[in-house]
Amino acid sequence: MELLTINNVWMMICTALVFFMHTGFAFLEIGLTRQKNTINILFKNIFIITVGLLLYYMVGFNLMYPGDFNGFIGSIVPGISPPENGMTAEYADGGYTWWTDFLFQGMFAATAATIVSGAVAERMKIGAFMIFTVVYVGFIYPIAGSWQWGGGFLSSLTIGDAEGFYDFAGSTLVHSVGGWAALVAVYLLGARIGKFNNGTSQAIPGHNIPLATAGVLILWLGWFGFNGGSVLSANPEATSLTLVTTCLAAAAGGVVAMITSTILYKNLDLTMFLNGILGGLVGITAGADQMSPEDAILIGAIAGALIVFAVSLVDKIKLDDPVGAIAVHLICGVWGTLAVGLFGAKAGVDQFLVQLIGVLCYAVFCIATSFLIIFALKKTMGIRVSEREELEGLDAHEHQMDAYPDFRLNEH
Amino acid sequence: MKKVEAIIRKSKFSSVKKALHEVGVNFFSYWDVTGLGNEKEGHVYRGVSYSTSDIQRRYLSIVVNDDFEEVTIKAILSAGSTGDVGDGKIFVSQVDEVYRIRTGEKGGNTLK
Repeated sequence: MELLTINNVWMMICTALVFFMHTGFAFLEIGLTRQKNTINILFKNIFIITVGLLLYYMVGFNLMYPGDFNGFIGSIVPGISPPENGMTAEYADGGYTWWTDFLFQGMFAATAATIVSGAVAERMKIGAFMIFTVVYVGFIYPIAGSWQWGGGFLSSLTIGDAEGFYDFAGSTLVHSVGGWAALVAVYLLGARIGKFNNGTSQAIPGHNIPLATAGVLILWLGWFGFNGGSVLSANPEATSLTLVTTCLAAAAGGVVAMITSTILYKNLDLTMFLNGILGGLVGITAGADQMSPEDAILIGAIAGALIVFAVSLVDKIKLDDPVGAIAVHLICGVWGTLAVGLFGAKAGVDQFLVQLIGVLCYAVFCIATSFLIIFALKKTMGIRVSEREELEGLDAHEHQMDAYPDFRLNEH
Repeated sequence: MKKVEAIIRKSKFSSVKKALHEVGVNFFSYWDVTGLGNEKEGHVYRGVSYSTSDIQRRYLSIVVNDDFEEVTIKAILSAGSTGDVGDGKIFVSQVDEVYRIRTGEKGGNTLK
């Protein structure tokens, strides 16, 4: 009982840390976008965490952890009720109580839609975004999650020595699930007015870099819970190793992104430094409990370099991603998932193949479902605000509010 | 009476203010302005180079008696210059009348 109590306290702390990540996402997104869209972004983030949690209660949790099921899609059972042994050490090997299980997973669920929020910032209709969020967080995320964490077909996919796809805390299940939808949404939405003039990419600087910096540090802190809690108990060795690999990868990602962008662009760009930290964190997430410190630094470092090239690649193919969500969550999410087959305790050709198959399954499912949802919205209610609304700001039109009523607006 | 208006670098404001006080110009108005000019400030954001067209400067409006015109201009010219493009401009114009609102009196004495 004492061990269960200790385990459960750690898991509740981790739950709180993952909750706090929503503050980090909100700060990062408003920091890297313009003042005139601040209320809109905050509104979306608050909508995601509130509605996301209720949806997870209503359908998400049961869809994601259906118990015995066909391996592809669970059944919709409304509401939650704990099993008989849910509060005893019999449940989940005494790692936490069933209530904690629900809340910890519920905090994760909303993250996938938050990733999309940043990518579509400054031009997507709030109504369309809300509908997308309800469908994606309520149904798509839990179904995708059930394939692996719910004991579905990917968790038992065996090739040679490799037994099962491995995604410790969600490089794929959370980050690239959000990242694929971000990619599709950005493609269907089109770029912000003024982002590409005469075929060349233009800078649209974010309005509050200090807030973006605070957001990234908060996210890093939140990752202590995101990865640390994914141990699913307070196991001393596993939790402390996980925090070490998580932090080393974050640091390496930041430093390498900073060096790479300085060499390429001859300036010390803080926003790339920040994205590099996030890239390192997303990259280590799939294998945080499987890596040595050296592996973690390498995985983070490669993620940091990938970030810089991915941001410029996204620009080159004329996709407009204001906060770098595709580079951070999709590219580094895929990288981190594949890295489980290249580094650490599970490394091997067979594991790499299983990881690759997993990545492809999620790519197909997430691209197809998010395309269907957003394309349907585009053809019915429309997904993009009018040109005037975009130029004058979504705050003024969608919300009739100012984030900073006493400040002057810069025209850029 | 003359109105001396000057657009100067914000970084030169305190030295210009000190120089004006030294020649006996003790009151004037100023505000922050944004404008366009020959100076381009180079920036890079997430790998994309751009130059800002909005240049931040401080605008001074000083009304003085005719005998103060020359020292006022000299003070700004010497204290406001860095020698680089973008140091700003001075405009001088004629002022027809000045009133002191408190007493209703008018003329050059109101500027002392």
